[in-house]
Amino acid sequence: MAKAIQIDERDNVATVTSDVGVGDVVEVLSPEGEVLMRPQMTGAVSFGHKIALKGLVKGDQVVKYGEVIGVASSPIGVGVWVHTHNVESATVPTSVYVEGGA
Amino acid sequence: MTVFYGYERPDGSVGVRNHLLVLTPMDCSIEPARKIAVQVEGAVAVTQHHGCGFDWMVANTLIGTGRNPNVAGVLLVGLGCESLTCEVLAEGIQPTGKPVETLVIQEEGGSVRTTEKGVKILRKMAEEISELKREPFPLSKLMLAVECGGSDATSGLAANPAVGVAADMLVDEGGTVVFGETQEMTGTQHVLARRAVDAGVAEAIHAMIGRQELRMRAAGIDSRFMSKGNVEGGLTTIEEKSLGAIRKGGTRPIQGVLGTGREGFDYPSRPGLWLQDGTGWDVPSVTGMVAAGAQVVAFTTGRGSTTGHAIAPVLKVTGNPGTYSRMVDNMDVNAGAILDGSETLHSVGEGIFRDVVEVASGRMTKAEVLGYHDFIVYKTSGLAERLLEVCPPEALRGGRGRSSEAALEPGF
Repeated sequence: MAKAIQIDERDNVATVTSDVGVGDVVEVLSPEGEVLMRPQMTGAVSFGHKIALKGLVKGDQVVKYGEVIGVASSPIGVGVWVHTHNVESATVPTSVYVEGGA
Repeated sequence: MTVFYGYERPDGSVGVRNHLLVLTPMDCSIEPARKIAVQVEGAVAVTQHHGCGFDWMVANTLIGTGRNPNVAGVLLVGLGCESLTCEVLAEGIQPTGKPVETLVIQEEGGSVRTTEKGVKILRKMAEEISELKREPFPLSKLMLAVECGGSDATSGLAANPAVGVAADMLVDEGGTVVFGETQEMTGTQHVLARRAVDAGVAEAIHAMIGRQELRMRAAGIDSRFMSKGNVEGGLTTIEEKSLGAIRKGGTRPIQGVLGTGREGFDYPSRPGLWLQDGTGWDVPSVTGMVAAGAQVVAFTTGRGSTTGHAIAPVLKVTGNPGTYSRMVDNMDVNAGAILDGSETLHSVGEGIFRDVVEVASGRMTKAEVLGYHDFIVYKTSGLAERLLEVCPPEALRGGRGRSSEAALEPGF
C-alpha cells in the first residue's frame, strides 16, 4: 500500500512517498510508525507532495516539521492534495519566484 | 547512560580518533608536509589556499583544527616568509597541552632536511600515542556536526528528519550538536529565534541570517528563491523548503551562534544545540564545524556525496533508497527505508544515534575506509564584508546584475 509520512506529530499534512492515483488508498504513518489513517485519494498526488490529515478552512495554518509552512487559501478536505493552488506562504508568495523567474 | 570510548587529551577533551596532524600555515609548504605525513601511520597533512597574508578567519580555522581532540599531536611545517606564521598557530594550539612541534623549511636548510627531521618527530609522536587506550566517557564529551549536501526530495522527507531525531537524542543525553550553512537558514529566522535560550541569542540569530541575506542581495541572489523544480517536487513555500534543511539539527533549544569570522572564532561553551555562522559549501562547512570541536559528522545526501574529512569520521545518510543501493560503497545509512514504511523516522533516527556512538568509539565510516581526507578552509572576502558594513541595506536590491553595482556605490 502507498505510504504518506507525517514528519512531526504536530503536522496536519503528510508527504506521500510514491506517486498515487485516484482511488488509491494511502496509509499515513506517524513519526513512530503508527497508522494515523488510510484515506482514499480523490486526485492524483506525486511523490514528495503533501496531503491534508484534517479538514482545513481558508485561513487555517498548514503545519509541517511542527512549524507553520503556510496558510490555506481555500477549504481543503482530509486526504486532499495540499500545494500552491490551495496554500499561500505566510511570508512571500511562492508564485512570485516561479512566475517572476527571479 | 550511553557512553562512547575515546582517547582523553591533556585538557580533558576526548578524541574519537588518534590523528597526527601535519599542519602548514599556507600551501607553499604543503608538498614537504605531505611527504612527511605519508611516511608515518595515522598522519595527515592539511593546508589552506588563501595565500600567506595574515587573516584571523583562516588562522582560527587552522588553530581550531589543531585543537580538535581527534588530533593527538601536531607538526607545523612553515616555509619561513609567510605572514601567517607557525608561531601564531602553535600559540593557539598549545593550550590544549598536546604535543606541538614546528619546522621552518628556510631555517632547516630546505625541504629534504625538513622532511627527514619531520618524519623523525612524527615517528616519535606515533609511538607515544599508540600507548593511549580508549576509555568510556559520557556523551557530554561528544560533539556532532550535521551537514547536508547533494540534496534531493528525500532529504527533507527522510534523511534530515531522521538525523534530527539522532541530534535530539544526543542533546537529551548531554551531548553537543552543531549545524551551520547560514544560507540555508534564510526564511527560518523566526523559527530558530523562537528556539533560542534567551533574547540575546535570538538577536544573534536574526543578525547572522540578516547579514547572510545582505550578502546574497549584494550578489544579486534572492535568498528566498524557490525554483520551478522545488515547486514541482512538492515544496509549497519557502518556509517549507528551509525547514526541511534545518530539521537535520533537531528541535532542541539553541544555545548560541558560533562565529567563524574575523571578529572571533567561537567554541561551544556548554552542551546542547549550537548554530555556526558558516558557508553552505559542504567541505568547508564541515571543516569549520570540526575546527569548532566536532569529533563526528553526520552528513545527509540525496543524490550521493562521497566526501570525508581529514581528522573527523563523516557518516553518510541518504534518504534515497536508489542512491543507497547504487552508492553503497559511500553510503553508511539508508534512511530511505522510511519511505516504504519498513522503518519509521524514529527507528532510523535511533539507529543513526547508535551509529554516531559506535563511530565515536572507533568504527570506521565508509569515507574513512576509503581514506578520504577532505579539508578546505573557508574565507569570506574581507573587502566585500567591509563594503557591506558601510553600505546601507536599502541600497542592495535583489535581481541580477544591478544590485552588485548598487552595493559598491554608497561606500565610495
